[in-house]
Amino acid sequence: MITFTARRLIALLLTLLAASLVVFLVLQVLPGDPASLMLGTEARADTLAALRHQMGLDVPAPARYFGWLWGMARGDFGVSYTYSVPVAELIRARVAVTLPLALMAICLSVGLAIPVGVLAAARRGRAADVAAMGVAQLGVAVPNFWLGLLLILLFAVTLGWVPAGGFPGWQDGLWPGLRALLLPALALGLPQAAILARITRSSVLETLGEDFVRTARAKGLTRRVALWRHAVPNALVPVVTIIGLQFSFLLAGTVIVENVFALPGMGRLMFQAIAQRDLIVVQDLVVLLAGSVIVVNFVVDLAYGVLDPRLARGGAS
Amino acid sequence: MTRLLAATLAATLAAIGTVQAAPKDSIIIGMTLEPPMLDPTAGAAAAIGEVTYRNIFEGLTALDSGMQVHPLLAKSWTVSPDGLTYTFALRPGVTFSDGARFDCSVVKFTYERAAAPDSVNAHKGKFEPIASVACPTPETAVVTLKRPTGAFLVDMGTNDAVMVSPVSAAGNKTNPVGTGPYKLVRWVKGDRVELARNPGYWGGPPAIASVTFRFIADPSAAAASVLAGDVDAFPLFPAPETLDQFRADKRFHVQIGTTSGKTILALNNTRKPFNDIRVRRALAHAIDRKGLVDALGNYGTPIGSHEVPGDAGYIDLTGMYPYDVAKAKALLAEAGIKPGFTMTIRLPPPPYARRGGEVIAAMLEQVGITVKLVPIEWAQWLDQVFKQSDFDATIISHVEPGDLDIYARDKYYFEYHSAEYNALYKQFAETNDPATRLALRGALQLKLAEDEPNVFLFALAKVGVWNADLRGLWSNEPIFANVVSEMSWAK
Repeated sequence: MITFTARRLIALLLTLLAASLVVFLVLQVLPGDPASLMLGTEARADTLAALRHQMGLDVPAPARYFGWLWGMARGDFGVSYTYSVPVAELIRARVAVTLPLALMAICLSVGLAIPVGVLAAARRGRAADVAAMGVAQLGVAVPNFWLGLLLILLFAVTLGWVPAGGFPGWQDGLWPGLRALLLPALALGLPQAAILARITRSSVLETLGEDFVRTARAKGLTRRVALWRHAVPNALVPVVTIIGLQFSFLLAGTVIVENVFALPGMGRLMFQAIAQRDLIVVQDLVVLLAGSVIVVNFVVDLAYGVLDPRLARGGAS
Repeated sequence: MTRLLAATLAATLAAIGTVQAAPKDSIIIGMTLEPPMLDPTAGAAAAIGEVTYRNIFEGLTALDSGMQVHPLLAKSWTVSPDGLTYTFALRPGVTFSDGARFDCSVVKFTYERAAAPDSVNAHKGKFEPIASVACPTPETAVVTLKRPTGAFLVDMGTNDAVMVSPVSAAGNKTNPVGTGPYKLVRWVKGDRVELARNPGYWGGPPAIASVTFRFIADPSAAAASVLAGDVDAFPLFPAPETLDQFRADKRFHVQIGTTSGKTILALNNTRKPFNDIRVRRALAHAIDRKGLVDALGNYGTPIGSHEVPGDAGYIDLTGMYPYDVAKAKALLAEAGIKPGFTMTIRLPPPPYARRGGEVIAAMLEQVGITVKLVPIEWAQWLDQVFKQSDFDATIISHVEPGDLDIYARDKYYFEYHSAEYNALYKQFAETNDPATRLALRGALQLKLAEDEPNVFLFALAKVGVWNADLRGLWSNEPIFANVVSEMSWAK
């Protein structure tokens, strides 16, 4: 287990280093200059030079790259070109929106999908199965931004239960924040739930046909007990894989839903930073997202070990 | 019993009535883009002005929605007969929101800082004519110019020339300190900026006590935010396709006004075949401006030169190149352009460019020109089109008011060079006499229409939607501003 973790940590560091180099190089060749974006079309050459100097853009690229790495190693993420505030401060505020949103969406997705998927598998071919899978099929087909707009029209514009968008912050307590994240979490989580329910159903169906389930039934266990005690736990490994993938996707992919709901999250920060060539913010966000995806994968690997001890032994050998 | 019930009901209704009658004194304004920072003297983003102009920061002069100059921190001024010396009488007893005093030393600091070698003012050129600022008394500022500058009082009324204090100027990007009626309470990055009354304001308390600017980039989300009542006003509304819904709803006011945006099909005047005046005129004849405006939702007015209707001195030149496919084809043939000629139009993100590009491509197809449309981001536009002039054509709205000078520059992205125009412009820029200025302004427009360096398309409309009870918002938007102190709620 220790060698397993150590190997994972080294892989993590190397991946982050590679990600940092790639994003830095890509941003170097991307056309566009942050200083001229700030100053617009009327800026004079000497004004541009003054701002480029202020931003530290007149330093050669290799020095900027190593300066950035050295800063990150000390926990200094640099200062945003556009906002002129430390990037760490910006990202911290955005994580406080995106992380709860992603967690709510994933809880919603798992909480809905697993019972529905198991139920559909247990009632294979019957009305409940057909109905659940029909809805799931619809859920897979509906794009989340469109679902978001429909939710806004119904719950915010027509019924007036929740605000149409925006985020009040956490300083006024838990409820106003959660309330603002409810619709976006639904818009994000429902299509994910649809996918997950289909995976759960087919995985449970597969295990239901396995010998050990037949043995359990032959020992005299009821259908229900055989299902929950033997089939479902064994069906969870592929489901956990998909949850891990979905979580990484949610962290990186909230950009559209955050735009529809005008939420100040990481996705929108990334979008804005690219458009405004706030290069340092883009660099930091990419490394951070790469890091979190790796961490989630790591957690998923650990979960495999819990669900199926055979995998953990294999991993440590 | 019935009487008691009725009495209770009446009392309850009266109570509700009183609650509703309590005057509302806060307002939430929606904007599509967030300002990158809040210092108007260090960046060009329109959103900075929309939040700060005449709310947080004030200049010596102020501009209104008709581009007229008014006294603000200068009570009055005199101009010497040679047009070189401006003597401003400053308003006494003015302080910044941090308590620092405003006097002539602040004027001197502000203008010298903007013109300094390390200045990052996006419109540093406006300060270039200033030779010196002298302070005979703390309440008198004498500004001496190097040459007569007709637009000086207008320039000093813009966003770029607002007064900043030597004590706080360095921190204005994130913690703006000005002399205006409002001061910053909080900026939740990515979401909103909150302002509240500046208790020490020299002009007394404005009607609106607090204002929140919310940033909603997505057009559908912007429409939903107004419909749901989350936002009281969207002065520059990004979803014109939803306007009918707002027009039908008594709760909202829909405002179609004008801006200073001159939308043009800019051409690279040094690149073949656009260096040939016949080709440029052919393009002008080939584009149906009225049809283009209709296709974009009918929000805009066709123009014939680089000036918008409503500007002082505007002359209507839209009849110079009427829509005429046969004429366009004949001119192209004369210039030796064969049918099937291909040109590229680069399109920045705004809908007028992206949607307008498709309409124009279809129109040019009719005269035998194949158009390749290339959508690009602002960063690319600034780099490839604006800086390197590496383009055939692009669709762009020039939103600076009174920017006829761009055609007189040695280096400007569309590369128009005319000695005759430059001479006319010099005469215009150095004249203070209003009548002569108007006449010269007309002559400049006419010269541009004759040479047609770019195809002048239409004036960009201001489309705004707000709560029907809200008063005092600008109908037209020649400069980017939301002057909250002029706003109020109807009783």
